[in-house]
This record gives sequence, structure tokens and C-alpha cells, in this order.
Amino acid sequence: MKQQAAVLGVGQTRHRSRRADVSIAGLCREAVDRAVADAGLTLADIDAVVLGKAPDLFEGVMMPELYLADALGAVGKPLLRVHTAGSVGGATGNVAASLVEAGVHGRVLAVAFEKQSESNAMWALSIAPPFSMPLVAGAGGYFAPHVRSYIRRSGAPQHIGAMVAVKDRRNGARNPYAHLQQADITLEKVQASPMLWDPVRYDETCPSSDGACAVVIGDTAAARDTTAAGRPVAWIRATSMRTEPTMFSGKDHVNPRAGADAAAALWRDAGITEPAREIDAAEIYVPFSWFEPMWLENLGFAAPGEGWRLTEAGETEIGGSLPVNPSGGVLSSNPIGASGLLRFAESALQVMGKAGEHQVDGARTALGHAYGGGSQYFSMWVVASTPG
Amino acid sequence: MGGQGECGRAWGVYCRVEAERVSLCCVSQPLRAPLEIGFDYTRSLGPVLSQFMTALAGRRILGARAADGRVHAPPFEYDPDTSEPPGDLIEVGPEGTVVSWTWVAEPLDGQPLAHPFGWALIRLDGADTAMLHAVDAGSAAALHTGLRVRPRWSAAPVGSMRDLACFEPSGTGQPPDRDAESQAGAGQTGEPVTMITTPVQLRYEHTTSAGESSYLRGLAEGRLLGQRCPACGKVYIPPRGACPVDGVPTTDDVELPDTGIVTTFCVVNVPYQGQRVTPPYVAASVLLDGADIAFQHLILGCEPDEVRMGMRVAAVWKPRAEWSTSPGNIDHFRPTGEPDAPYESYAHHL
Amino acid sequence: MTDVAVIGFAQSPCVRYGDGTTSGVEMLVPIFAEVLASTGLTQPDIGFWCSGSSDYLAGRAFSFVSAVDAIGAVPPIMESHVEMDGAWALYEAWVKILTGAADTALVYGFGKSSAGLLRRVLALQLDPYLVAPLWPDSVSIAALQARLGIEGGRWSEKDMAEVAARSRAAAQGNPQAQLFGAVSAEDLLDQPYVADPLRAHDCAPVGDGAAVVILASAERARELCPRPAWITGFAHRIDSMELGGRDLTAAPSATAAGRAAGAGPDGAGPPIDVAELHAPFTHQELILRTALGLREETQVNPSGGALCGNPMFAAGLARIGLAARAITAGQADRALGHATSGPALQQNLVCMMEAR
Repeated sequence: MKQQAAVLGVGQTRHRSRRADVSIAGLCREAVDRAVADAGLTLADIDAVVLGKAPDLFEGVMMPELYLADALGAVGKPLLRVHTAGSVGGATGNVAASLVEAGVHGRVLAVAFEKQSESNAMWALSIAPPFSMPLVAGAGGYFAPHVRSYIRRSGAPQHIGAMVAVKDRRNGARNPYAHLQQADITLEKVQASPMLWDPVRYDETCPSSDGACAVVIGDTAAARDTTAAGRPVAWIRATSMRTEPTMFSGKDHVNPRAGADAAAALWRDAGITEPAREIDAAEIYVPFSWFEPMWLENLGFAAPGEGWRLTEAGETEIGGSLPVNPSGGVLSSNPIGASGLLRFAESALQVMGKAGEHQVDGARTALGHAYGGGSQYFSMWVVASTPG
Repeated sequence: MGGQGECGRAWGVYCRVEAERVSLCCVSQPLRAPLEIGFDYTRSLGPVLSQFMTALAGRRILGARAADGRVHAPPFEYDPDTSEPPGDLIEVGPEGTVVSWTWVAEPLDGQPLAHPFGWALIRLDGADTAMLHAVDAGSAAALHTGLRVRPRWSAAPVGSMRDLACFEPSGTGQPPDRDAESQAGAGQTGEPVTMITTPVQLRYEHTTSAGESSYLRGLAEGRLLGQRCPACGKVYIPPRGACPVDGVPTTDDVELPDTGIVTTFCVVNVPYQGQRVTPPYVAASVLLDGADIAFQHLILGCEPDEVRMGMRVAAVWKPRAEWSTSPGNIDHFRPTGEPDAPYESYAHHL
Repeated sequence: MTDVAVIGFAQSPCVRYGDGTTSGVEMLVPIFAEVLASTGLTQPDIGFWCSGSSDYLAGRAFSFVSAVDAIGAVPPIMESHVEMDGAWALYEAWVKILTGAADTALVYGFGKSSAGLLRRVLALQLDPYLVAPLWPDSVSIAALQARLGIEGGRWSEKDMAEVAARSRAAAQGNPQAQLFGAVSAEDLLDQPYVADPLRAHDCAPVGDGAAVVILASAERARELCPRPAWITGFAHRIDSMELGGRDLTAAPSATAAGRAAGAGPDGAGPPIDVAELHAPFTHQELILRTALGLREETQVNPSGGALCGNPMFAAGLARIGLAARAITAGQADRALGHATSGPALQQNLVCMMEAR
């Protein structure tokens, strides 16, 4: 019943704190034009467009797909806009893949963006409605207490978070699109950086970026045309999405059940029984460094309480047994609405062999992962260099 | 969800209740408070719109020729048919013709004019498409399709659509003083305009759910009222619209003490807008005795590095005279000095 | 292609000022219960949940998140959300079932327009550089479109009033309608303009509400519903955002969506018995009738349509639900549900359904 779908092309912008050189449409087109060219196509070849972005308040444009119809080449075509909080980039990829898997369209363009410099991300994330508890910590302070819980639960040593930050920023320096380029970052520098929300330090937090990402997804006929032209594709082996409430009695904020369920369904559908062994590269949504060991456990790469050992042993470096965020990840670039699609796109680049200086040698199977809200929305996919 | 408030009015009928004072009339009515969101959005223009806005600052209007030969004014960034950016932009207008119009008897905030005016689709001379703008026609009777209009420029153009303050009928009063116009036209600086600032201010009325209203009215009396889910029996404070596990409304008030524990916490070091206390300070997840979810609150009364997971705390209320229907009645939580709760007793709340 | 059917629909009453909050939970809980009971399904039976709503209606970022509390999403669910009318969430759910990832889906849309000033908020849908800074309200935009049609000889103010009168009369049979009653076009035409050439009756009322639809794959549909509304076509298209650059008296995206959904503007195929058109302005119903090529025999908006109740982000979904109900209730064999998004009918969606 389900058709096969493949990533035909990937594009993204140079992510920066402010892209003052483009309009919102221009930002999207930079990524879109690259993706379409990467697929060897033109916009006219696209059958449908799926747009994803986080809250409209960031740019002050209500339902921006309406304004972007012309810019995205969508006039006269189907255009859908998904919004699943921070996981939206992942949801965008999944919905676009569904359109092909359902046999509805042959070539779908997924595009996600955020031009958050038009307002201020902290402001947009901190608007408290009347009668709510007085805000005490700001956006980052929501996650820091859960990091403390993880450290307590797992007994992880204090330097793990800093190790992740060093790795991701050095990886980002191998990625020309990454916002933060910090080839010289060291453990000492990270550990000396200001403590923002103890136990999370400045260098362990994601930047605020303007950026966009686009992915062209096609059916087997489109994939055949692409490979016949000498271009590799990334076959989408499985996708999954799960949601749980922001807050409920019994919620595990450190190892959310929605994430674990989504991962279990993903591995099952992709025919993967030993994720740590079978996944060659993982692009995981890590906005604060400690989320790497937390998500390694949540995704089933490590047993509960053991994720930090993979980090500490260097296994998540490029060259390790499970490279995590070879692109530099969210810690290096965070246009909120696009970050999830960037993870999906980077996982595809790995198995297409097109990740350039941050390529994991021989990557054949990769994971793209996104999450959002109060650790409640999870979307992920597995891509591979063969259809399987 | 029908029924009546105690005053006999059916629910669903608008009944104003001040946020600050609890009406004796309908305790089951929601609480209301204004919610204003606003930001001055700073928008970078990109190459095409930058040209257009720079020209506006110089009191010129530009259009773009599409692949099908039609001239679009204002210009498109991407051709609706080919999706391509335009080539060189073309000057159009400044006069134009009304192709459709309507009348605004009561202008809204932010609209181009504060007195009654008309909106119109105006096809500028040389353009094939129409531009939406205001026409200061004086009355609806003076506005009609086919009317010739000309721009009224703002006195201090900055490079935005508002540099066109509005349009006016071409026959209005004296012809524009062209010498004064060309002198006053900015853009003589030669600096391209690359950004515009668009203030967006919106006003809403926020209302509370039945459970929240009960909780907030309790706070006004110095009481902490959670809500119990009839299906799972868990107690939520602050209450949510429904039990998130079962999807059913929580209906029973449960009075809770103002004591509890810190389950987890962070030490806030970063300054941000709206902060009450100078950093460093502790933001903690506080689990009240008897509650099944924690909420985030401030811990004061000890050094930040003395706060521990499991620490027993008690609420410190503001003076009673300052109370309202707000969780802000509790200023912060302080350590009580009692022995910490054992990890196992709260591990499942993390 | 897998067959998918609409097997359930419920909507809350459309009211000017609802009791509930902008989270939508209070409006959703009762209609979730109603629609699940009507199909015999329970929450754990639903394979996929999808919703449509807008932050700008609520005045809060992430406003859709609280609505998930109405579901009872523990254990975790497969769920998604569009920042569009629930009709597009229905489309996403239809696609999900086609992939085989789920065999049932519950789709909801909700909006509490009473929280803000709707016609001003909608100005933010317009071009952020060239139009939105002038704050053109949505009623004025519609008025510009209406005048183009009047002066172009496409329709008259009397035609528009007749749409309103007919809609209100039909809405007398709709217990969820906000406006209903017997009124003559002549009496309506005596009223003053609110935005020349629009009068109050030409505009959908502002109000709060929610709607929910259940979809099922073929096997489940036959188990759960005696007369499912089988989806034979489902498509959407969008037009250029340039208001002054497109012919506002036509809706090419509606025509294209209708064609792609098999509605056939040339009148091909079996007659459409019922068409529920999402037309928040009277003249827009006239545009859509033409765009979709509806024949005279088709009964348009027996519910009264959006002109009698327009809960934002639910009204389009409700049109599809109502059209489906006409089939499941045995009143129609072939029905069309339409939804629109954006200013002046910029984006349009058509869902064709049939009995078998």
C-alpha cells in the first residue's frame, strides 16, 4: 500500500543571527533553489509544497504560506503549512514524505524556515498569558532543571555537556552553512563560559538563527530519473511521529515516552533491531548539550542512564561508532522552524555521500530526529542509500 | 456545555467580570483580562523590495514587468507564473485609476487615516495590476471606479509603504507643488533602504476555564485549589482545561497546603526582560503536598547553592492587601528547614 | 488507491461569545465525546489525530498545544497540526490513512474569534511589506472583491441578499447555527452598508466554535458506519497572493481543486446533491458556484453555511463534515465539501464524497 519515497535534493541557507540581505521570501528561495538544483529539477517539476515553521509570532506574519505562494512556485499547486512547535521541521519532512508514499504526488518540496531576527525569539517564547505563573526563568530555564534531573538519575559526570558542545561546534566548523563556526573551541573554554541556567552554560546552548532548509522528495520514478542522471538519492525507509501532553502526572521529562515510542515504531518499521550498530550517523535535535546523552537513551541507542558513556568515549564524534550531529546540529544553527528539517536533510546528505567535510565515511543508513514543545512532539525518519 | 450561572443568565451570554474583583453574582463565570501582544518587527527587504522602498523614499513608485509582459505595481519579488525574480524595475504612476473601492466609516488602529476613508485597488499609470491603498476622498459619494487619484506623500518618507500616506482624488485642491516635492523627497541621500520597521500591536481578551477560575478565585482568598480528575484521581495545580491523561474536564476542587518540595531546579544567571529578582536565583519545580504535577517558582531565603533536589519549601505570600485573582499572590517559596524528601519519593515526578 | 470515508462528524454551537478559552479544550471535549460515541470508537481506537487552528486567533504562540489536553494523549499518540483551517488537517489525515500508517483518524478545528478583533487580525495574512503595514481589514478586502463583481455585471447586491436570505432560512434547521430566521432579501437590502457594497448580512458572523470529523479506511468504515461517505476526490490549490494581480471575481484555485477532486466544473459525472461551500461573504458563494460549475439542482449550504456560523479554522472542516452527514444520513448520494483560506478566496480545497 505504501509507496517508496526518496530524497532527491537538499538545500539550505547560510544560517546567521540576522540575514539582513534577504526578505522572508528570499530566505526561503535560497534554500529552495539549492534543493531543486541539487535534485536536477526546476520549480515547475514540483507537484506540491509543504511549508513548515514555528509560531507566526516570530515574524509577525499570519499564515505565511499565503504570502509565500508565489515565491515557493506554488501558484496553482497544493500548498500545506504544518506547525508542530519545534519539531515542525521534522513534521514537514514527514508530511511531504507521506504525500509521496500515499501515491498522491510524484515530487514534493518540503521547506521550513525561521527569520526570527525580525522579532526576538526570547520575547516570542516568553509571552505569558494573564493569570499564569510569573515567569521565573525564561525559555532556556525550562529545560535546565530537567538536565539536572538527568545528571542526578544517571550519575553522569559534569563534563559531559561540555564535551557535546565542543564536538558539535567543531563539527559546525566543517559545515559552511552553520551559523556558529568555532573550530578552536575547547573543553576549557566551554567550562569557563558563563553559567546561564545552572547546570547549563552559555557555550552549551543553541544560537538564535535566521535560516531555511528545503528538501525535494520523489517517488521511485523520480528517484530513477535522478540516479540515472548520476545523482544519488536517499531512500526514506521509515518515518514516525508521536505526541504527548506538555505536562501530566507521571510525565518523564528526561526520557519522554512519546520520544521512546516514536523511536521504537521507527526502528520496527525500518527493520532495525540494533540501532547503535545499524545507524551510521544520527542527526538529533540537541538544543542544549546535555540533550545528546538524554536523547541517545530516549532513542534506544543506549540503555537508560548509559547515554553519557557513548559521549564520553568519543563514540559520537565523526569517526566514532555512532557519529551524532556531524553537521554541528542545533547547537551550531537554530532557525527554530527549520532546525528539524535540517536534521532530516543532513541525515539524507550523509547517505547520499554529499556532506562534504562533515561526511561520515561510508554512511549508508542515517537517522533524522526532531522534537518540540515541552518535550512532547517527536518526529523522525530513517534514510538509507538503498531502497531496502 | 449549557447551564446557567447563579444570576440566572445562560452561559454563553457575555457577562463582564473584572479580573481584579470577584463578582458576587456568578462565581462560575470565567475571569477575563486584557492580553496585548506587540512588537516592532524589523524586516529586511532583499534586493527587489529594497529598490521599491528606496524609490518610495524618493517619491517614485516602481513596478516590475512579468514574463507575460504585464507590469505589476507594486512589484513582485517572484513572478506568479515563472517564479523568477524580476529584471530591472520600471517607474509607474504617480497617478492612477481606481478599479474598485469600499468605504471605512470607523477606521481601525494602524490604518492609514484616522477619519473615514476609502480603500481602493488603484491601477497606476503604466501598470497592469492594481495596488491596494487608502483614498482620502472625503465621502463615499466622492469615490467611484474610474476616479483618477494621485499620491499624497508623507512629510518624512523613510522608505516604506507608509511613505504613501494615502491617495487623493487628482482634482483635489491645488496641484502638488512639484518643486517642493522634489526638494523634500528623501532618497536624495542616495542611501538604499534595506529594512522597514512594522509595529504590530494586537489586543485580545483572555478568559479562563472553569477550573482555572476556581483556582484563581481561591488564590484571591489565600487558598491553593487544585483540581482532581474524576477518571484518574490525579490533582493538577494550576488546573488545565481537562486532565491531559484522560481528556475529561477536571471538576473537583482539592485544597492543598502551601508547602511542598523542590523536585528539580536550575540557578538562573542570565538577565532578561521582566525579571523580578537580580540573578543568580533559583527557579525550581515545586511539587505541593498532595499535587501530582509541579510548577515552576522562585526559591528565596537561602543561597542558590544551598538549594537541593528534595528540599522542603513553603510559600511566602505577598501582603493580603496586594492579593488578587493571581498566582502572583505567592511571592516565592522558602526552605522550611525540614529534612529533605527521599529521592524515591519524587523520582517519578522528574 | 485505498478507500477512505468520513464516518462521523460533530460540531459545537457557533456562538458570538463562547464560554470556553482560546485553548479550545472546552469546545472540544464534548464534541470529541459525541463523535466517538456516534461511531462506537474510543480514544485509544483512533490511529491518527490532526488539528487546525491559529495562534493569532488566540494571541499566543503554541496555542494549539493546550488543545491536546482534550485528547488524553497518554499513552502517546500519532498526531500533527496545521496552522490552517481543519479542512487541511483532514487532508493530511486522509493522506496518512492512504499510506497505511493509520486506519482511523480524528480531525478537529477550533477558533475563538471573540478573543480579538478578527477583521483586524486577518490583515496580518497580507503581504508583510507592501500591504499589511496599512492594516486593511478582511471585510474591506471582501468588499473590494464584491464591487468588482457588481460593476463587472457578475452579480448584484440583490443576488447577494438572496444568498443571505436563503442561507438564514436553511439555518433554521441547523441547531448549531449562530444566525437563522426567515427574512426577505428586500428587508436585508434596506439595511445600511458596513463596507460599501457589503451590508451586515453579506458577512459571516464573528463567533466561536469547533468541529470534528472521523475518517476511516475502507474495512473499518464498513464495520463502523452503515452508510459511509466515501471520499472519491480530495484536492486543494492556491492562487497568487497579489490581490491586485489576479481576477478577484473568479477563484481559479477553486476550479482547479474541484477538477482535481473530480467535481467537474463542466457538469460531468453524476449530479452533486449537496454542496457545502465555505463562503464567508455572500458574493463568494456566487463566485464558488461558478468556479465549481455547480448545477442548479445542487442544494447549496443546507446548513446555512458560513454566513450563519463561521468558527474560524473549523468552518471549512465543518462544511466537509456537514456534506458527509448528508450522505451518512441518507439525504444525499453525492456531496461536495469546500474550504477556503486566505483573503478573497486565495486558497481553496474540495472534498468529493459519495454513498455506495
